[in-house]
Amino acid sequence: MNIVVCAKQVVDVGEIKVNPSTNKPVLEGIPKKISDIDKNAVEEAIRIKEKLGGKITVMTVGPPDAKDKMKELLAMGADEAVLIPRPQGADYHIVSKLLSKGIKKLGDVDLVLCGEASIDMFSGQVGPRIAGFLDWPQLTYSFKVEAEAGKVKACRNMGDRMVVTEASCPAVLTVTKEINEPRLPSLMQILGSARKPIHDWTVSELGMDGETARVLERDLRGVKMERKNIVFKDDLDEAVAQLAERLAKEGLLG
Amino acid sequence: MILELNEQQNMIRNMVREFAEKEVKPKAAELDEKEEYPHEAIKRMAELGILGAIIPQEYEGAGLDHVTYSVIIEEISRACASTGVVTSVHNSLTAWPIIKYGTEEQKKKYLPILARGEKIGAFGGTEANAGSDLGAMQTTAELKGDKYIINGSKTFITSGPKAGIIIVFAVTNKEAGPKGISAFIVENDFKGYGIGGIFHKLGINASLQSELVFENMEVPKENLLGKEGEGFKIALSTLDGGRIGIAAQAVGIAQAALDESITYSMQRQQFGKPISKFQAIQWMIAEMATRIEAARFLVRYAAYQEDAGNRISKEAAMAKLFAAETATWCADRAIQVFGGYGYIKEYPVERLFRDARITGIYEGTSEVMKMVIAGSLLR
Repeated sequence: MNIVVCAKQVVDVGEIKVNPSTNKPVLEGIPKKISDIDKNAVEEAIRIKEKLGGKITVMTVGPPDAKDKMKELLAMGADEAVLIPRPQGADYHIVSKLLSKGIKKLGDVDLVLCGEASIDMFSGQVGPRIAGFLDWPQLTYSFKVEAEAGKVKACRNMGDRMVVTEASCPAVLTVTKEINEPRLPSLMQILGSARKPIHDWTVSELGMDGETARVLERDLRGVKMERKNIVFKDDLDEAVAQLAERLAKEGLLG
Repeated sequence: MILELNEQQNMIRNMVREFAEKEVKPKAAELDEKEEYPHEAIKRMAELGILGAIIPQEYEGAGLDHVTYSVIIEEISRACASTGVVTSVHNSLTAWPIIKYGTEEQKKKYLPILARGEKIGAFGGTEANAGSDLGAMQTTAELKGDKYIINGSKTFITSGPKAGIIIVFAVTNKEAGPKGISAFIVENDFKGYGIGGIFHKLGINASLQSELVFENMEVPKENLLGKEGEGFKIALSTLDGGRIGIAAQAVGIAQAALDESITYSMQRQQFGKPISKFQAIQWMIAEMATRIEAARFLVRYAAYQEDAGNRISKEAAMAKLFAAETATWCADRAIQVFGGYGYIKEYPVERLFRDARITGIYEGTSEVMKMVIAGSLLR
């Protein structure tokens, strides 16, 4: 079974600080990493490959320095990687279309795995959009996957209920953090990853020159977190009502 | 010499750091308290290739350079100093002398076993009356037929109760002084091999140290390491490399002390603000960080010289001397930052304080380090 895992390089959100005067997150100098849930997707791909054989290709839309982090995924057990540069101002539409074109160009793909969402923006759009562009079935929010030759079954977390869905391949799956524990590569695997190829594909060769973003990013603001030091300790019902009122006043209840 | 780690070294550091933080650190306090060997971590380190870090790839190791190796020992020790020293003794004091002085047969037989972690390594040098003065050892080895018969005992042997492959030093020629000492590769199932008492210690409690007792122990002739009479030289050169491991361990402990101090001082509120806002704390943090950086570069420099194939007695001694004192000093300052909480077992810095102290004693005391450094300068 040939699998493509879409992985994103993100800033380590735990390290982000918000500039108190501008309210903007300070992104310069923050260490980067592969989005955590994408590592779960790679781990699941490796487990499927261990069972069914095949090849795992990691595909990333991102800056040139993403290669360093993609090597971690090759060390884990992916066979090769493709890096597609991220056009200035690209939105989810463009990123997903680039990935879907990349998957088509690669050819002979049975399964596409994505994290349910990236840990920086957490929109959860890329997986479903890829499925849309490819017109393949999608199994989102999978926390348990069983793959066989030609088909795949997933237990999916739909919030208030669990749904089991089966699809024939090719299909797109997005996985949740609970699905597995991503493995650490051994020293030998890290040393071996240097010999695995990372291909550079251009936006032009995917026929995406001049494609414009549908959504423009206007601004990025950090959420300020501070303790208000308000304690509600009266009657429980009253306290809940007071809390709700305060939260509404702060504009936090929709 | 490049001061920054390369991309591959960074990947290895990140992997080991993640392993240490997720799998080693959470158990460090409990293993210390129970004086329990880190079996699980050792099993995982075998899987991850860490137990064969410096063993050449043709013998199933990772074949890493010593700079990378020092980074690995630092990261593991940052999480648990006991696990760090077990790893260091396994690689530097057991595998290294076999790599350097072993015959092809010895390498083929023992290095893959060490790399796979099937047996843990130990170094049998120290005796009750031969510590810093290693040449005064009394254990004897006598060739009888195709076997050496070894009699005597060793003490303070790291991993002693758990080791399967031990480099043992014994006198083969009493008249020749240090030049009458020879080295042997000993397996724990050799007839006459015994484990003596296990010591209760101030720190590094999860790494077990014991006596080893040899009563007419039979060692096949082909297990002589190097030539007869080369033992003292083998011991000293092995300890030079071992000091890179211990110095790296010390840097790891010191870094852990700094990490804890930063986290705690930014959370702990006194006089209405985090104590990190006070200059008294800031100066401690700044000085800790500076000493750690200096110690780390001394370690890397010694490791770099080792990789370049140069003699490293002085460089390794400087690195170990300075790193050991840095670890002890930083752990002491960390307790000061924590105040009363630093003195109780619910917080990690008291363990760091206890663990740090050994780094100035084993594999050559700080005073022996100064002897080595002065000896290489005042010729």
